[in-house]
Amino acid sequence: MHNPQRSQKIAFFLLFLATLLIVIPVGLIVVIIIQKGLPAINWQFLSDIPRQGMRAGGIFPAIIGTLYLVIGAIIFALPIGLLAAIYLSEYAKDNIINRIIRLAIVNLSGVPSVVYGLFGLALFVVFLKFGASILSGSLTLGIMILPIIITTSREALESVPQSFREVSLSLGASKWQTIRHIVLPNAIPGILTGTILGLGRAAGETAPILFTVAAFYLPRLPKSIFDQAMALPYHLYVISTQVPNVDEKVRYGTALVLLFLVLFMNLIAIIIRYNFRKKKKW
Amino acid sequence: MVKFSVKDLNIWFGQIHALKSVNIEVEANEILSVIGPSNSGKTSFLRMLNRLNDLYPNFKMSGSLEFDNKDIRKIDIESLRKRVGMVFALPLPLPLSIFENVSYGVKMHGIKNRNKISEIVERSLKQAYLWDEVKDRLSVTAFKLSGGQQQRLCIARTLAVEPEVILFDEPCSGLDPISTAKVEEAMLKLKKDYTIVLVTNNVKQAARVGDRTAFFLSGELVELDKTEKIFTAPNDQRTDGYIRGKFG
Repeated sequence: MHNPQRSQKIAFFLLFLATLLIVIPVGLIVVIIIQKGLPAINWQFLSDIPRQGMRAGGIFPAIIGTLYLVIGAIIFALPIGLLAAIYLSEYAKDNIINRIIRLAIVNLSGVPSVVYGLFGLALFVVFLKFGASILSGSLTLGIMILPIIITTSREALESVPQSFREVSLSLGASKWQTIRHIVLPNAIPGILTGTILGLGRAAGETAPILFTVAAFYLPRLPKSIFDQAMALPYHLYVISTQVPNVDEKVRYGTALVLLFLVLFMNLIAIIIRYNFRKKKKW
Repeated sequence: MVKFSVKDLNIWFGQIHALKSVNIEVEANEILSVIGPSNSGKTSFLRMLNRLNDLYPNFKMSGSLEFDNKDIRKIDIESLRKRVGMVFALPLPLPLSIFENVSYGVKMHGIKNRNKISEIVERSLKQAYLWDEVKDRLSVTAFKLSGGQQQRLCIARTLAVEPEVILFDEPCSGLDPISTAKVEEAMLKLKKDYTIVLVTNNVKQAARVGDRTAFFLSGELVELDKTEKIFTAPNDQRTDGYIRGKFG
């Protein structure tokens, strides 16, 4: 009965099956969105404002709104997240308080996004009086992706070999010089991975922007960061559930544009990361 | 002249008592070899001299340790480490080019003049007997070099910041006999200008290059004497046993 060869085959088959179960739905989603959305894609759809109660025209304001929001979120979250990660991995002593802080940050990335939305509403929109604006939305999204950026950046910093730090310190370099010239350059690929993950999440979330920025229908471009804006995920929600008789291809076309936008931004980050990895010399 | 004066030094890593009442004086321009089995505290001793042990969060010490008659804890740590360089057990090039490896420390100490830096790099590589092998490919990543070349690069990197003392932590443990001979040759030449403390697992190496030899066992300094004396007529039976290869 005991047949290691057969056990191995069964194990491989199960592992393969599990992989397949993940790949097939993802593949299907992409295929269906492309199939149903592609007919809607044309120049007018990408560059025009929505018309006829969002049943025709384009989605340009929503594309621009999402771009602004994602860029704003990254501008806010990347520097702060990186500095916090440097503090936690390089300076914070390994004591109970810091361990609780680390644990809390990891757990924050599991908080439902609607909670961030409410938080953003309370803090930025109402308390700081930014109103429903790109600023409020960017800050809310930024806070939502901070835990992802901190956690992945910290891991990237901690994976730089201790021996490099010892060498640098033994040459009389200060701790900050060591971080700046040895640790950080070698952690950049990992930090970018965190940024990519955060970026995708910021672009796709609906709940955090619902109360803080998203306009139901705003057929013009935002003029400043204190303006409201349309955004792709929310627009998709609106035309799918709130507006009757929207053509299916418009909905899938919007989804396709959102998907493509996230992929495109990821691609840029992946290319940057690839260039840094190529320079990695160990 | 005494470079390091160590009196009744005890150190702990958490519960582990790594060095027990060690008394040593390191003379200027000598090569002091430190031998002993693994876990005898010899590397911990070496890492005391440039305060690298301070990196461990649970490190504690008592007793006194003076460098040029000054309490080592009162010297600014960056300038101490600039004056007391270290070469590690494994060749550890930084993930930079050959040139940048050697110039790294110099730049960190604020020298910006390119000509000056190039001069220092060339001089240091020559001192480490590496210049001829790498002069045509200074911009290549240091990981392209062989193990022995990498270790000499690390020596050049240490020399570039112009230390007074060089600590060698088993510098030849990963090298073949020919590379080892080259590193030893460099050490003997360097003795003229530098004080050297050499921790080694290779008893014969200690005999070849050391002026004096210290024998550590379980965190205690068993014996410290002229190298010839240690290797011909040691006072302590344990020293005799170790250098004859009876244990360790």
